Amino acid sequence: MTTFADLPLEEQIAQWREYVRRRQALHGPDAEELEGHLRDQLAALIEAGLAADEAFLVAVKRMGSLDTLSREFARAHSERLWKQLVLAPDSADEPANTAGAETLVVLILAVAAALAIKAPALFGLRIDNPFYARNASLFVMPLLALYFLWKRGSGLLCGLWLALPFVAGAVFANVFPFRKSSDTQVLTALHLPIALWLAVGFAYLRSRWFANDGRMNFVRFSGELVIYYVLIGLGGGVLTGFTLMMFRAIDMNAQWLARGWLIPCGAMAAVIIGAWLVEAKQSVIENMAPVLTRLFTPLFTVLLLVFLATMAWTGRPINVQREVLIGFDLLLVLVVGLVLYAASAREPQAQPDLFDGLQLLLVVSALVVDGIALAAIAARISEFGFTPNRVAALGENLILLVNLVWSAWLYAGFLRHRSSFAALERWQIGYLPVYSVWAAVVVVIFPPLFGYR
Amino acid sequence: MDMSKDLIAASATPLVLAILAEGDSYGYAIIKRVVQLSGGQLRWTDGMLYPVLHRLERQGDVAAKWSVSENGRRRKYYRITRAGRARLAAQRRQWQVVDGTLRGIWMKACTA
Repeated sequence: MTTFADLPLEEQIAQWREYVRRRQALHGPDAEELEGHLRDQLAALIEAGLAADEAFLVAVKRMGSLDTLSREFARAHSERLWKQLVLAPDSADEPANTAGAETLVVLILAVAAALAIKAPALFGLRIDNPFYARNASLFVMPLLALYFLWKRGSGLLCGLWLALPFVAGAVFANVFPFRKSSDTQVLTALHLPIALWLAVGFAYLRSRWFANDGRMNFVRFSGELVIYYVLIGLGGGVLTGFTLMMFRAIDMNAQWLARGWLIPCGAMAAVIIGAWLVEAKQSVIENMAPVLTRLFTPLFTVLLLVFLATMAWTGRPINVQREVLIGFDLLLVLVVGLVLYAASAREPQAQPDLFDGLQLLLVVSALVVDGIALAAIAARISEFGFTPNRVAALGENLILLVNLVWSAWLYAGFLRHRSSFAALERWQIGYLPVYSVWAAVVVVIFPPLFGYR
Repeated sequence: MDMSKDLIAASATPLVLAILAEGDSYGYAIIKRVVQLSGGQLRWTDGMLYPVLHRLERQGDVAAKWSVSENGRRRKYYRITRAGRARLAAQRRQWQVVDGTLRGIWMKACTA
């Protein structure tokens, strides 16, 4: 409280109010009530002959220390320590869109996504038609981009530019004459969402895309969205289970309802709702992705080390099966994810600590494991021949390997105080578009290259 | 006078309820009334009154309402409820027992 110096009274009060507002246990109306008290006290003291600044000091002192005060408030309102999801905008941040309008827009978009997934059914396409798999991301991602365009108040021109990747995606997903049960068709279904996620990122950030911290925000957003989506999905599973159980109790089969409507429509709408919740709660709930990262980084490090030790001890080679390459790709994706989300929650200026060492150990052991697997696969690649799946998996492995090798190098430099953590962060987020570009390559070039097999 | 924290905390509820039983009031006025009633002997840290008021409000012993005060600012007024009066009566009996007991032993100490 020593910073109140000689400011005019109103400014001193404003500053004090700011201190009060920062307390989590004290809500807006409480601050107002306390301020009213302070003002009454001030008026009485000034009337008694004190100068304004003296009166202020006395009144603040009588109010008591904010620490004790907020502790008492927390005891009276213990629920406030559990941050609540309040869907009211911070008036300072978003003056244009009121919370009510946003709720309406989100609901419309969610319903639109739910209806979009059913629209092809009007033309007789069943949900198990490959058309759905190829186009799954196109039902909802454009609407998600639309939501961000609306939320950020983007102009029509920006919207038209952003429509381009989605239109291109729709074209490439549907013009190729895929053969029956073709591999390249599956690759398209898997890679199109990754490619288009970049466009969603542009809608999310627009010009801030080119600022590094902006892209990190999109990484945070994506991680939280995945977690929210999984949680909503769990709730949806319970809802579906109850639907089936209750209608079975009256001897009706609700399978068609669950399979044809609840699950597909819910899966689409949940993306929009999840994005909205992530946007609304940014500061409300602790970000979960970094917490999970902290939890699982040591566990995965132990797993990899034990695996390597077992391999060295028993001398068992990697049994090169068809899916083994994809398995190791996923391992690298996971490690990159752990590195990325650890970076997203880290204070860039902080000194290296034990956790950073652990991260380096994780990355290096993942590299060793992947190197052994690649060597085993390379030895037999002539035997396999080049199929679209293998080329895609190899390409991904290479991309992730490059990322991790350089990350390990930067980590090592950081641990030896040679470079800053910011370099690693820059590398990670600078690398993000590479994934989407590769995915786009797989979608656009692979089908004709491999004759739509 | 320096009072023990526990005693202040224990006496806060009946005091606030008793003051509100005299008529609706707001934070600053309640503090003033406490000072006046105790002849300046009982001094709370002002801010501490509000958690007490909010706890009573949550328990349903007082009801609160925002209205505009004479100086044009919004102010939260508190009113004692029926449940609050019942609690006040109960607390009053308890305090009388404490008071009577202490009185008895101190009288004896004086006369002995």
